[in-house]
Amino acid sequence: MAKREYSFYPGCSSQKGASSSNYLISVQTMCEELEVQLNEIPDWNCCAASIGYAGGGELPRLTLSARNIALSEQHHPGQDIVATCAACWLSTREAAERLHEDQSLLAECNTALAEAGLKLRNETPIKHMAEVLIEDLGYEALQARVKKPLEGIKIAGYVGCQTNRPFGIAGESYENPKYLDKLVETLGGDSIPDYEKKVQCCGGALAFSEPEKSQEMVKGIIEAAYDHGADLIVTPCPVCQMNVEVYQDQINQTYGTKFQMPVVYYSTLLAVAYGRSAKDAALNGQIIPAKALDALAAK
Amino acid sequence: MGELNTAMIERYRNSFLKEVEANVEEGEWVKMCMQCGVCSGSCPLGKFWEHPPQEIFMMIRAGKREAVLQSESVWMCTSCYNCIVRCPRELPITHIMHGLAHYAKRLGLVPKTNPTAKFAQMFWDNLMVKGRVNELKLGLALYFMNGFGDGIKVALKNQKLGMAMMKTGRMNPKEAFGGHAVKDLAGFHKVLKKAQELEDARIAQNGPPAGA
Repeated sequence: MAKREYSFYPGCSSQKGASSSNYLISVQTMCEELEVQLNEIPDWNCCAASIGYAGGGELPRLTLSARNIALSEQHHPGQDIVATCAACWLSTREAAERLHEDQSLLAECNTALAEAGLKLRNETPIKHMAEVLIEDLGYEALQARVKKPLEGIKIAGYVGCQTNRPFGIAGESYENPKYLDKLVETLGGDSIPDYEKKVQCCGGALAFSEPEKSQEMVKGIIEAAYDHGADLIVTPCPVCQMNVEVYQDQINQTYGTKFQMPVVYYSTLLAVAYGRSAKDAALNGQIIPAKALDALAAK
Repeated sequence: MGELNTAMIERYRNSFLKEVEANVEEGEWVKMCMQCGVCSGSCPLGKFWEHPPQEIFMMIRAGKREAVLQSESVWMCTSCYNCIVRCPRELPITHIMHGLAHYAKRLGLVPKTNPTAKFAQMFWDNLMVKGRVNELKLGLALYFMNGFGDGIKVALKNQKLGMAMMKTGRMNPKEAFGGHAVKDLAGFHKVLKKAQELEDARIAQNGPPAGA
């Protein structure tokens, strides 16, 4: 099979020494196994996520994404853009659609981009890595490479917000998306289709500015996973991963709970199921170790 | 309050709705709200909003200008998009909230102590320096946003978390010196400067009449 190639937008949080650098490592491992080649967009910039709006008005924000798409179209013509971060994907795709609908904004964007010799054609599909796996490759192809099924491991599929709304995965509903559950089953694990907090907001960027409000929501997300007997939570979003994993100590202090629930990326699950090492699956990036996966990777 | 705010009050004396339509991102959608309340019921932080989205839309039509633009509520959006996908009239509610917040900021009407308004501005300022977010500097700025004494307290509270992030390679103290950046930084800054100029020119068209 010929390698599939994508123009890759990794995003700020996946850079070396950043909060989801472990995500990038497991994605690279997963893509090696699936013969997917990621060509990083040269000199990409931040997308402003969903929290840049205080300082950034409409055109400056759209221009950030336009620069990335223009660079991709110049250096990787014909390749779909793929992002691993939910916020990167959402901002970029939203910008592309807004600029498609509003030709005067597009013209202004191109006037700005011309300052650096760039031009946006705005003809590139913008995908999340979950779309690549499920729509482009499909469950069968994902299953074919499983060497170590995730047998006996019970996994709560936490889809969250921005990988799900407003775009989401083709054929999935906003209120009860099932692709993470199907993915868990595909890898031989036990899914929890009735995990009721699967699309509950974790607070997003407000985890930083309104920690109490955010942590109250995260508490519910973890509690429901425990109620279903989950060994771990899996998510496709770096903000979800961070918010649900790293504040468990603080939540335990506030609420007197004893949470110790691992939260991993789908790419970590795939890397382990495909027989790769704990290091390649970036299990050493867990603040709360995913012991069931560590044990399987060591087998 | 700023000159721009005074000029806008003068220009749109009789209609705050018209002011929102002309100046707020996606503001032209506000009049489409049918007051069903699905957005308010769907918002994960709904219980914390002084005025949930449905109410904000009615208040805009009722001309409650200061109550809307000085409200903490427009800074309460987590960008979860629940309201957008559920709105029967398909209003881009998330974007309208961001637009109202940005407009309030432009007019200098943001409540001084609102933490999300501060953090959102820090995020933008941070990414504009090098073209990419420097998480370490953003985190430190966040800790100290309410002054030095408070910052030390917050930093101590988060010390264990910081150590865990460093140990797992997810935080790098070296980012304090330089850090990740786009290579064509001069080009990046030129592009964003031009975008800001064009944005300002468009605002001026809607803004105070010449000589005002």
